[in-house]
Amino acid sequence: MTLDELKPGCSGIITSVGGEGALRLRLLDMGLIPKTRVTLRKVAPMGDPIQIQLRGYELTLRIEDSKNIVVREECESV
Amino acid sequence: MILALVGNQNCGKTTLFNSLTGSNRHVGNFPGITVDHMVGSVRSTKDCEVVDLPGIYSLRPYTQEEIIARDFILNEKPAGIINIVDATNIERNLYLTLQLIELRVPMVLALNMMDEVHANGGTIDIICLSAALGIPIVPISALKGDGVSELIDRAVEVAKNRVLPSVHDFCDNSSPVHRCIHAVMHLIQDHADRLELPSRFCTIKLIEGDSDMVDRLELLTNEREMLEHIIVEMEIETGLDRNAALADMRYTFIEQAVARCVVKPQESREHLRSLKYDRILTGKYTAIPVFIVVMCVIFWLTFNVIGSFLSDLMSKVIEALSAAVDGALTNFGINPVVHSLIIDGIFSGVGAVLSFLPVIVVLFFFLSILEDTGYMARIAFVMDRPLRKIGLSGRAFVPMLLGFGCTVPAIMATRTVSSDRDRKLAILITPFMSCSAKVPIYSVFIAAFFPGKGALVMIALYGTGIIIGLLTAYAFKSTIFKGNPVPFVMELPNYRIPSPKSVALLLWDKAKDFLQRAFTIIFVATVIVWFLQTFDIRLNVVADSADSMLATLGQCIAPLLSPLGFGDWRIATALISGFTAKEAVISTLSVLLHTSIDNLSTSLTSFFTPLTAVSFLVFTLLYTPCIAAIATVKREMGSKLVTFGVVVMQTGIAWLAAFAVYQIGGLFI
Repeated sequence: MTLDELKPGCSGIITSVGGEGALRLRLLDMGLIPKTRVTLRKVAPMGDPIQIQLRGYELTLRIEDSKNIVVREECESV
Repeated sequence: MILALVGNQNCGKTTLFNSLTGSNRHVGNFPGITVDHMVGSVRSTKDCEVVDLPGIYSLRPYTQEEIIARDFILNEKPAGIINIVDATNIERNLYLTLQLIELRVPMVLALNMMDEVHANGGTIDIICLSAALGIPIVPISALKGDGVSELIDRAVEVAKNRVLPSVHDFCDNSSPVHRCIHAVMHLIQDHADRLELPSRFCTIKLIEGDSDMVDRLELLTNEREMLEHIIVEMEIETGLDRNAALADMRYTFIEQAVARCVVKPQESREHLRSLKYDRILTGKYTAIPVFIVVMCVIFWLTFNVIGSFLSDLMSKVIEALSAAVDGALTNFGINPVVHSLIIDGIFSGVGAVLSFLPVIVVLFFFLSILEDTGYMARIAFVMDRPLRKIGLSGRAFVPMLLGFGCTVPAIMATRTVSSDRDRKLAILITPFMSCSAKVPIYSVFIAAFFPGKGALVMIALYGTGIIIGLLTAYAFKSTIFKGNPVPFVMELPNYRIPSPKSVALLLWDKAKDFLQRAFTIIFVATVIVWFLQTFDIRLNVVADSADSMLATLGQCIAPLLSPLGFGDWRIATALISGFTAKEAVISTLSVLLHTSIDNLSTSLTSFFTPLTAVSFLVFTLLYTPCIAAIATVKREMGSKLVTFGVVVMQTGIAWLAAFAVYQIGGLFI
């Protein structure tokens, strides 16, 4: 599944980061690399972008861009 | 000695800069770099200057700001780097640190917000982390000023003795990445040495696929093939592509160092508090109402409560001063022309503009609070989707909001927008956001025609500007600026209480800037207008200003404005003077109508009806930005033609909008 498909409050482990060019480099620089745990915090009031948490900080990115990030769901909250 | 201050966004860099330099700073210009840097002399140390570079996350040339920061370090060769790191968010912050270390420049790490880490029960073993990174570390609290003097001492010492970072390798000796880096370094060592570039930095750039570096090192064809071969081998072995492998290497190194040296605090109070606030401030149903309320309260406080109170006070003081000087000059029996210059020209012109200083300062106060608390980032988060519809990212919303303060810094703030396309689009529509210099014009007309409805008229005007701006953006999006908006990957920092010192320094800068303009551009404009108005073409003092030189000039333009309902030459002249600075519209009007600022509203009622007043306000809202803003547009767009186009486009739109208001409004009244 991809990052945007996580339920709010759920975590996942990144398995691969796709995309290309500047977007991909930025994602990598911000610490979105394979084996990193991310939590989907919330979806913006208008349905896009999303807020995620990783490495102890909060990051926002668009749904379209987050589809490049494949995660393995590890949902603890349910 | 020059030290560069480098760090992520939201890590307290500006606070540290202010703490190091006090008000001892100026805008510096370095050759080859088109951008202004803030440069400050360090208070405690002689001959030591600090350059405040833009906040960046990486040295990859991704945004304009990253390019500026990287080029500064590579080309200007500062004696040392002070890398400021947010200790509460250490992993991501250290990523930039590792890239800086690769540049082989003496550097010191300033570990900021240590007090917050301690307060939440965490600790960082400074000696351990310092050994892991190979650079000195000084824990500080930029906000409280703790550790700042020790930091600067260490930085000067390291820079003087040229102490380079002692750690080179960020990877396991056995890892494929390690083998790859060393193979490439071996391959290009001679080339790098010849160019006196740090070979490790070149290696990393080559692996990242920086084609610039390939050309710079003048690699031979077989070397290029060899390079590609080494990298592909590494990619196969690690199962990651080159960029992911390097990012993975750095983050793995950081994770290991952090695991050894840092006792992570519990979920920090500041973070939990931020999440709580966000439940409302970016909540599904609450975010937009809260945002609208916040903006309305700011505008109400600025224009109806604090600002207007202070403005009244200021204009009373100026009035009293003017009366006193008037009396003294009359008693002295000074030449009537000089008397007229001082009282009718300078005092009524510059004085009129000065009385609006408080409003501008109050508006900037609120804008800086929004920015420094972290709420601006939330606004971008909430507003990204609607802005995308017009082809912009949520990031562009912040510069556009700043446009309500002053177009000049707003256009400069578009640097934070990562794509060139978004940036240019934002620059084009920012001037439609009504700047605070236009407030004097609105205030005077509101007092004359819509007393008691100030906030309502203001909101209508600001709203019109926004709507026209959005329509323009939309038009551009589907014509000149085709294509998709670029990625929007942005940190949401914890909410923080802004440092009073930073806010105060910012306000001081703004007030100083405004006063400088008041006493230079506006002063000159006022005197020129007074001169043109007092004399006729034969340089005789005119009895009636309708015979003056200015009347002649205004009369040429006036017919163009007749279809808008205000064809009087005095109004045309005032609008021309608004080209130098918007505040001058009011000062010119008050000079031309022989009246003080307090009585200007009354005089205006004989020139305007409420309808033509609205038409005039719409025209002033939209027509060409002032000289300073135009100069900024030119600098940021880098094209005279485009800049000229902006001026023509805006004036054209203003004319059409005012025409529509006057003609359509006329049908109903």
